Order: sequence, then structure tokens, then C-alpha cells
Amino acid sequence: MNQPSKYAIETRGLNIFYGDFQAVKDISLQFERNRITAIIGPSGCGKSTVLRAFNRMNDFVPSAHATGEVLYHDQNINHPSVDAVQLRRLIGMVFQKPNPFPKSIYDNIAWGAKMNGFRGNTDDLVEETLRQAALWDEVKDNLKRSALALSGGQQQRLCIARALAVRPEIILMDEPCSALDPIATLKIEDLMRELSQNYTIIIVTHNMQQAARASDYTAFFTMDTDRSGIMVEYNETSLIFTKPKDQRTEDYITGRFG
Amino acid sequence: MKQMEPKTFGSNQEMQDAEKNFLHRRHQRARLAQSVFQLTTLLAVIFLATLLVTVVNKSMGYVVVENKVDPSTLSDRPLSELNNTELAQMLRENLRKNRVRTLERAGFLEDQSQSTLVQLVETEIIQPEVVESYNLFPSLINSSKIKADAASTYPNAKVEFRYWLNGTLLTNSMASQPELAGVRSALLGSLQLILITILTAFPIGVGAAIYLEEYASHKSRINRLIQTNIDNLAGVPSIVYGILGLALFVRALQPFTSGALFGVDGQNGRTILSAGLTMALLILPILIINAQEAIRSVPDSLRQASYGLGATRWQTIWHHVLPGALPGILTGTILAISRAIGETAPLIVVGASTFITSDPTGPFSSFTALPIQIYNWTTRPQPAFQHIAAAAILVLLIALLSLNAAAILLRNRFAKRV
Amino acid sequence: MENTARITGKRTATAWKKPVSYNLQKKTRPTEAIIQAFLLFCGVVSILTTLGIVLELGKEAWLFFGDPEISVISFLTGTEWQPKIGKFGVLPLLNSTLITSVIAIVVALPLGIATAMFLSEYASPKMRSILKPILEVLAGVPTVVYGYFALTFMTPLLRGIFGNQNVDVYNMASAGLVMGIMILPLISSMSEDALSAVPRSLREAAYGLGATRLETALQVVLPAALSGIIAAFIIGVSRAVGETMIVAIATGSGPNFTFNPFNAAETMTGYIARISGGDLSYNTPDYNSIFAIGLLLFLVTFGLNILSRAISRRFREVYE
Repeated sequence: MNQPSKYAIETRGLNIFYGDFQAVKDISLQFERNRITAIIGPSGCGKSTVLRAFNRMNDFVPSAHATGEVLYHDQNINHPSVDAVQLRRLIGMVFQKPNPFPKSIYDNIAWGAKMNGFRGNTDDLVEETLRQAALWDEVKDNLKRSALALSGGQQQRLCIARALAVRPEIILMDEPCSALDPIATLKIEDLMRELSQNYTIIIVTHNMQQAARASDYTAFFTMDTDRSGIMVEYNETSLIFTKPKDQRTEDYITGRFG
Repeated sequence: MKQMEPKTFGSNQEMQDAEKNFLHRRHQRARLAQSVFQLTTLLAVIFLATLLVTVVNKSMGYVVVENKVDPSTLSDRPLSELNNTELAQMLRENLRKNRVRTLERAGFLEDQSQSTLVQLVETEIIQPEVVESYNLFPSLINSSKIKADAASTYPNAKVEFRYWLNGTLLTNSMASQPELAGVRSALLGSLQLILITILTAFPIGVGAAIYLEEYASHKSRINRLIQTNIDNLAGVPSIVYGILGLALFVRALQPFTSGALFGVDGQNGRTILSAGLTMALLILPILIINAQEAIRSVPDSLRQASYGLGATRWQTIWHHVLPGALPGILTGTILAISRAIGETAPLIVVGASTFITSDPTGPFSSFTALPIQIYNWTTRPQPAFQHIAAAAILVLLIALLSLNAAAILLRNRFAKRV
Repeated sequence: MENTARITGKRTATAWKKPVSYNLQKKTRPTEAIIQAFLLFCGVVSILTTLGIVLELGKEAWLFFGDPEISVISFLTGTEWQPKIGKFGVLPLLNSTLITSVIAIVVALPLGIATAMFLSEYASPKMRSILKPILEVLAGVPTVVYGYFALTFMTPLLRGIFGNQNVDVYNMASAGLVMGIMILPLISSMSEDALSAVPRSLREAAYGLGATRLETALQVVLPAALSGIIAAFIIGVSRAVGETMIVAIATGSGPNFTFNPFNAAETMTGYIARISGGDLSYNTPDYNSIFAIGLLLFLVTFGLNILSRAISRRFREVYE
């Protein structure tokens, strides 16, 4: 770990299997630090599977196993000697459907931090992360309210604040706006832009327009003939959407399929 | 609508009439069947009602009581108003010296509690005897006839309406006369027994449920083995658990369960500890199954959120899964306890004592329990024992009712919160 | 929108127990390991219980059959149980168990199925909300209370109907009938589950053809739920076979090989209760006989339970 690697995280020849079924094939991607990278493509081509490989959430599916490398801070995180618990703290995740704990807003944020060894002023931490998540003004009057009383968009921003509270380096977002209305979606996209100044963000999205609006880089996935997911093209977002190199990419973004 | 009848008809009108007839009969049959099913279900209600009525019927009624010695000749005030000295003096005056010496083995008469002295005066001096007893319904219907019969057959006796479930039943200990017998030791025995059962079964049961749901993958061999095992154990007759308890806790682990290992002067392994452990094994399967269901009902998204923040498995379980599953686990535990309170067969085999006058002093004392007491009294020939058995049953049923009500309240309260 | 860490960036940075480390070497977490080991032990306790039952019953039963006077054949086929003269034939006890269980099932099965039919096909939700709790209460009554009921209500009733000279004070019929009441809720709830599991679409198909409710229930739903109901029946029998208190109180003590339900005859469970309730010295044939009979009881009920589960599993496969 002498020189920090150029990329926040990268994969080399990553294959993921569920039992005998190959979900993704030979994925090689490099994610730029402090940028927003979107992964787009039709359903079923393994986008979420790849995302969940980055914080080893696939471990919870008994039949899942992977070959190839995912390099983070010069370590292959698929190696059995890697501590997945510490990894998940450093690579946070926001899920498709907001899942705040059935606790107060305050406790939602405080719990993760305390569990990871936070000893400082919790009030400050809560305020800081809520501000970072653009939720502070809306909830500052009553932080002891149950998190479940918030609207969908607010809950999702709370989940973002909760993830920030444990000081991750990378934030993974698995279709974070698919359960939200358009206004809440735009709020979150603005938030992502703010956060990318300090964090690396990788977002899986079904919404092409969202990828075009909000991301710096885009990777396009599709399904190969054997139904496993492959990465077709990866480039700066503006280039992907204006000058796609592969015919399949062009077909997808012009709406001919998917 | 096509024809269903194989018969041939002369005219359209005949066909239509035959069809209407057939339909009518089908509807009749259907309505009859519905009434039959309704009636059958009603039978279940009738059975329950009959059961309760029988118990209540036997638990109160007229009694004809003959006293060997009339209490009014001993003192003008009721016995409960006399103090220890007066009661002790009464005993000394009316009993033989030998008898007083025997009674004083536990301590001087004056030093014993007032309630014990009152009970002694009643047992030793007054010696009430129920010569005739009647159930509730006969008492209500034939009250004048009963009183007339009593007056003619037992001129010295009094007729009074007795509620067999009364203070005496609850505060007295076992006695050979039904008039004076009580369930105190049995209640205390049951309580101590259940305490041991909960303390043992709850952690192990919840622990096993957590292991099966959170740690071992559902398809793994060990998980399926333990799961099938638990399902099988849930169907084993309770008396077999008693036999296991006899061989294992009473006999094989005697130094432990009799207290000898702890320096207690234990006679044998037939102690509250053995009984409690046996009952723990009995309720373990249902407790585990209930706890599993409660844990399963916690949504997976909570676990994912917790793991995503870098929590370990136990941190996730302790901080998120268990708090969410707790209402269900508690309800399941209460139901398991109410099952354990009513169980008799295992206790008989493990060696509940049938005649205990002293209260249990701890896990190493010999014991009796409420259902054992009921069993014991039911099988006695004297009719008065049937009455106090009914009263004791009422005590048991009330206890069970309260427990189940608590479980239902708990379930509703937590269901509202979510 | 307010920018990020303006407030307390520096303060929170030093507020962590350890600085954020990018070292991903696997950490040993001893507490986690200890807790997992404890939980595994908890899970294994159930296996130990089964082993315990099998071993203990087997061991003492082995001692029982080790006695030269007793052989497995004579045990299983002998019709006299008189320990004092060395006769250890279990048939009287087995016979009594069977007769009481048969009487119980004859009562509980038709009533249980009919009740289940009513609840699942006919009853309104309001009726169900009243009737189901009543059934649950019936199921929750302790068996010793049922025993009391058998002795103080059912026996006098039978004696009143059939005559004092025909019905003994202790008899199998009384216990059997009350056992039937006891297992009625069990059969009813299992049958109801089976009936409810039949998909609505089947019923709607029948109604759509103009069938009455009865015809649908009897000719379409019931056959479809048959395996579930058979499973309920077998469990009911198993429960009746294993029941102790009702028979201990109402059927009398003393083995008696008879087919007349109005006679007194001790069952296997009643015998175990009686012998273990008296003075018991270890290593006598009496003591060991408890285990032999207990083993037989365990094997019978275990076999029935496994059979029932296999049948209901096959049933579930069809519909799920």
C-alpha cells in the first residue's frame, strides 16, 4: 500500500456463479476515484450481482461464488483471508427499497457509527451526516421521531446518511430511486453530485436518463447468448450516449430493446 | 344447459319438471348437510360447556358438617380473632400431653404462626367432618329437601353452603381430611418447577432457533437434521419425557439433582430440579418452533441494511433480529409455559410426592405440583375429595386463562406498534 | 444545499476509537466464535434428547429382556401380565390402548372433519372468530382435567344409560369418549388446514358448473384434501395412544385382556404411571418393564408421526 492505486476499485476478469449458472462473465472495469459511475443495461444481466460483489453481499446467497479479482487497495477482496465485515464498512450500500431500522432517525445513524467504534459527539455526527444527505432541514426539529414515519424519499436519504456515518470510501447504490417519485429522485441525484466530491459512487440504474443526467462514467451491460451478463462498453457518459462504439449500446440507448 | 337425466321423456314439460325436481332435492340435501355440519360444530361448544359446568357444579354446594367438638364451647369469639397464646392454651388444655409434645417438635406452640395454630385447633380438636355433600345444581334445586334430610339423619350437624374454592384451599397445605386440605404446597411446587423450566428452556430454545435461522444455511445437512429432530420430538408422548427424566435426571445425575454435589443433604434425585429439567426438555421443541417463526418474520431488508454497515452476524442478530422477533418469542414462551403447567404424566414418572405437608424449600426438595394434587384427589374414594379436586381444577384453569390472556394481550400490543 | 463536513470535520475525525484502516486482513473475533459455538450447542441439545430417549429406553429395555424369564416374543404375544408369577405379556396393555384409541378416533374423526368442513366451507368470518378460539380452549385444557371429567361425568352418564351392572366404575369407554373430545380440536384444525390449502380455483370451477355447496365440498374439496386429512387422522391416533392422564384416572388399574369397552383395563401409559408412582427400586423387573413398555410406546407413536408427515409432505408437493 505504498502508492495509492489510481482507481478506487477495479475488477479483473470477474465471473460470478449461482451454483452452476453463470450470472456474469469476465467483467473488467475500473472505477475512477470521486466520480459517479453508472452501470446500465436491461434486466437480468447481472448489474446488481456485480455491484453486490464489491461489498461481498453475495456471500449471503449460499450458492453464489466468484472467480477473478476485485481489487480494492491492492487487495483482491474475493480472497478468503479478507475480512468482509471491515470491507462492508468501507464500501457502503444504499438499497433499492429504503430500509431504515425501526428506530428513531437519530438512532438509525448513531447505531452504525457506535458499532464501528465511534467515541465522539454523536449529536454532531448525526447533524453532519444529515446535512451531507440533504435531510437535516427537514428533520432537525424532531430527531427522535421514528424513521418509519418519513416519506420514501426522506427514508432513502436517511439511509444515505446512515451509510455516511461509518465513513465509507465508496458508496454503492442499487437502483436507489426506483421506489421513489420523480421529485424525490431528482433530490437524490443532486445529492449524489454533492457527495461525489468526497466519495466514489457506483450506481446501478434502469433509468437511462438518470445515468445520462447524473453520472460521469457509464458501463453498459447486456446478456450474452448463454444468458450470462457481460460488459459491452465503458466510457465517459457523454461519449456513451452521443457516440456509442458498439451496436448493442446504440440499440439500447435509442430504445430499440430493453 | 344440457340434459343430465338418462331417462326418456314424452314431452318437454316432463323433462323440465324432472329437472326441477332433481335440483330441488339437491338443494334440500345441501341444506340438510349444512345443518348437520353446523350442529357438529355446535357439539364442540357443548363439550366445552359441559366440561366447565361439571367442574363448577362439583366445586360448590351444600355440605353437612359435623364437628367432633363444637367450636363455640372452646371460645365465644371466632378462632381467627384469638391470638397465639390463647390458641396455644386451647391446644394444651384439650390435647393429650404426648400429642402436644409431637406437635412441638418443630417449635413451641406459642412460637408458631397464628394460621398454623388455627389449623391445628381445627384438625386436632374440632375435627370437622363432612358427612354429606351435594353438588351445585342439586343444592339449588332441592335445598329444602336437603336441609330436611340433614336434620333427620344428622341431628348434630350444620348445613352450610360451601364454596370449595376458598381461602382455606389456597392457604392450607395437604391434609388427609378433605375439609382441611389445601393446595399451597402444590402451588409453590408448580411455581418453582416452572421457574427452573423457563430458566433452562428459554435460552437453549431461543439459541437453537437463532442457530437454525441465522447461522446454519437452511439446506445444510446439520440444519435439516436438527429440524427433523425437533419436529419428531414435538410428537413424542409426554410420558416418554418423564421416563427419560427418570433415567437421566433422577437416576444417572443423582448427585447433581439431589444436591449432594452442592453439599445439600439430598435423599434422592426426585427433586424439583429433576422435574424442572424434564419439563424443559418437554417444551423445548414447541418453544424452538415458535421462536423460529418469530425470527423468520423479521424482514430480510433489515439484516441487509445492518450487514451493509459493516456489522458482524451476532451484532445484526442482537441489535436488529432479536428485538424484532421478541414479541413473537415471548408469546410462544408463554404458550409453552401454559402447556407445562398442566402436564401431569411426566411429573408422576419423575416422582412427584403424593403426600407433602411442607412447602418446597428450593430446587433440591421433594415436590408436588398442582396437577399432581388434582390427580391425587380425583382418585380418592371419599366424595369430598372430588369437591376439592374440582376447586383445584378451577385454580388451575384460572391460572391458565390469565397466562393465555397475557399472551394475547402481548401479541396485540406489539402488532399495533409495527 | 448546505455543503458537507463544514461543521465538525476535524472533531469527528479524531472521535473514532481507531483511525479508519484499509487493512482488510481477516480479523479474529473470539466473541463471535464463542457465541456461534454456544448456539450450535443449543441446536444440538435436541439431537441429544432424541439420543437420550433412544439410549435410555433401549438400555433398560435390554436389561428387561436380559432376564431369562422374559423374551421379546413372549412379551409381544403373551396375554397375561402378572409380574408376580413371571408373566410379562404386553397384549392386555396394548389391547386396552388400542381399544381406547379406536373409540377416541371414532368420536373425533367424523366430528373433527365435519367441524373443519363447516369452518372452512360454510362459516362466516364472524362465526369463525368465535368458534376457533373455542376449539383452541378445548385443546388447551390439561389432560388431568379431562380425566376428572371422565370419572365424574362420563362414567356416571354411561352407567345411567347402560345400567350399573353393565358398566364398571372404571372402564375403557368413558376414557375413550373423553379422549375423543380431547383430540377433536387437533383433527379439526389439521383438517381445516388441509381443506383451506385446496385452491379457490377448484371450488370456483365446481360452482361454475352449477354444483351446490355440499356437492363442491364433498366431491371436489374433500377428495383433494384427503391426504392432509389422513395425516390428521394418524396424528390423532398417535396422540390418543400416548395419552396418559385420562386413562390413568378413568380406566382403572390392573391389566385386563378384554374386548368389552365397559370393563376396566389398564393401558400401556396407565401402567407406566401406576408403577412409577409407587415405590420403585432400581433394577427390578418392575422398574425395567417401564422402559420396555415405554420403548414400545415410543416406537409406535414415532412410527405413526413419521408416517403422517410423509403423507402430508406428499400432499404439499401436489399443491405447492
